[in-house]
Amino acid sequence: MAKTFQRPRAMFEAHTHYCPGCTHGIIHRLVAETIDELEIRGRTVGIAPVGCAVMAYNYIDCDFQEAAHGRAPAMATGIKRVRPDLVVFTYQGDGDLASIGMGEIVHAANRGEKFTTIFVNNAIYGMTGGQMAPTTMPNQRTTTSPFGRKTEEVGMPIRVAELLASLVTPGYITRQTVIGPKYVQKAKRAIRQAFQYQLEKRCFSLVEVVSTCPTNWGMTPQEAIHWAEEVLLPYYPLGDLKTPHDQSKEKPCKVK
Amino acid sequence: MSKVLMKGNEAIAEAAIRAGCLNYFAYPITPQSEVAEYLSWRLPEVNGVFLQGESEVAVGYMIFGAAGAGVRVFTTSSSPGISLMSEAISYLCGAQLPAVFVNIMRGGPGLGGILPSQADYFQATKGIGHGDCRLLVMAPASVQEAVEMVMTAFPLAEKYRNPVMILGDGLIGQMMEPVSFPDQLKTEPSNKDDWASNGMDHRKRDKRNLVRSLFLDPEQLNNNNLALRAKYERMKQEEVRFEAYNTQGDYSVLMVSYGTMSRVCKTAADMLKAEGIEVGLIRPQTLFPYPEMAVREAARKSSCRAVLSIEMSMGQMVEDVERSVQGARPVQWYGKCGGDVPTPEEIIDLVKRTLSPM
Repeated sequence: MAKTFQRPRAMFEAHTHYCPGCTHGIIHRLVAETIDELEIRGRTVGIAPVGCAVMAYNYIDCDFQEAAHGRAPAMATGIKRVRPDLVVFTYQGDGDLASIGMGEIVHAANRGEKFTTIFVNNAIYGMTGGQMAPTTMPNQRTTTSPFGRKTEEVGMPIRVAELLASLVTPGYITRQTVIGPKYVQKAKRAIRQAFQYQLEKRCFSLVEVVSTCPTNWGMTPQEAIHWAEEVLLPYYPLGDLKTPHDQSKEKPCKVK
Repeated sequence: MSKVLMKGNEAIAEAAIRAGCLNYFAYPITPQSEVAEYLSWRLPEVNGVFLQGESEVAVGYMIFGAAGAGVRVFTTSSSPGISLMSEAISYLCGAQLPAVFVNIMRGGPGLGGILPSQADYFQATKGIGHGDCRLLVMAPASVQEAVEMVMTAFPLAEKYRNPVMILGDGLIGQMMEPVSFPDQLKTEPSNKDDWASNGMDHRKRDKRNLVRSLFLDPEQLNNNNLALRAKYERMKQEEVRFEAYNTQGDYSVLMVSYGTMSRVCKTAADMLKAEGIEVGLIRPQTLFPYPEMAVREAARKSSCRAVLSIEMSMGQMVEDVERSVQGARPVQWYGKCGGDVPTPEEIIDLVKRTLSPM
């Protein structure tokens, strides 16, 4: 009988260091499945961020570089520019990408660098122990906002996908989640599509994945899923914000 | 080989191409922007990669990514820009990646000025980034020497799998001098398949490569630092370069100076010779590793009464001169750091004052 479900070749047989109820494991698997299906393991370079996924290379079996905090898009740019034949992806959290690395992601996206970013948004800093992130929700308690995020002091959470979609150049910007099986299937299709666009040398691609952090949210895994559905998803709506097909709408600029 | 008249910055740019480096990322900053301007049209001619990054911070990591992918890559900047790149330089050292950084120094601290300076000596030789990291630092005194140093920098970076810095003052970048280029592609880039994250398809062994600097296990981190230290110690054994000028016979004062400043010192030494005063000069060509033995031996010559460290900074290299001389002779600093290069007359005055009885 044929096997219908097994560990992807691009994944090591290993126990992860992630907490119970964390969705990194699911997202890692979706990336690994994509690498398998597109048969690109031998020419893929991943970039691990600073954050909980810093050791993503312990689970995903391909060449990897380890980034400084926030700098993964600049490193991916360096690799992709000198070796356009390689498939390059960055895997970044919200503290990494939306705070310290906002400059790098905006400019890499705006140059239309032909790599793929998996942006895991769980509305908090995970590895450093639950501090406030730019994506933390209003009144959400964290270790650096113990009375809740005060929007009058630090503003409203940043919607990264919308922000990047406001740029003319980036081709594929989508927001997905993996907090339930129905969402996982869609997220998988989006991740595969993002890699596909890269293979076609078509555009910059970013998949934002709304995620959970039960440990730092102070919830059980079950509660975390409910909270993500009730609080995060209304503010971070799912779906494609931009696809390469939209780009023909932009009128060409006049140049003297 | 014919000579061409070239601005230092443009000669540095061309030298990198002749050294087989076709990948360049940079951010504009005075007084070295001509490197980027030159390469923006020259690299496409040779199918190279040119990219202007959004900041020196990002450029540092574009260098990291490209170096990690196993290609020859370099950038150029000036003092404040190098401060921003220093984070990436620490990561490059930690991950043992080869790359070349050119610093055409301007005055500091802060925005400082845009005129020549040598005030990044400490930064380049002792404090380039966090952690136990070191650069191999070379200091050219002419456009021709800048070209030759750029061309040797790439194979040296690969030999040690460590970044190399060319530390030139603003004058080296801005002045025009006749220059001839050594033969093209003296050194082929080395094979990097053992460590580079360049895709495992084409490698002989089916094992992926990790480029990283994180070692959470104390023993592993200590071992990585021991490996780095061994490389730095090997540099001290194998890479020290310096020029000795007028040190064959007796001299009453020894000058130690590098870069543009050393050329003024040479002129002063010639002028003093005409007056019957002999002055020797040691010109370090590598600042790390530092030519300690050469300075020590030259200072200990029995005719030598004092040692002068003459630099366009407020007293930085003088600490290495003192360390080298080990108290055998009095060591004195002289320098300026506003953008004016001290004149030969100032140096002559300084030598005469040093020799005059108290």
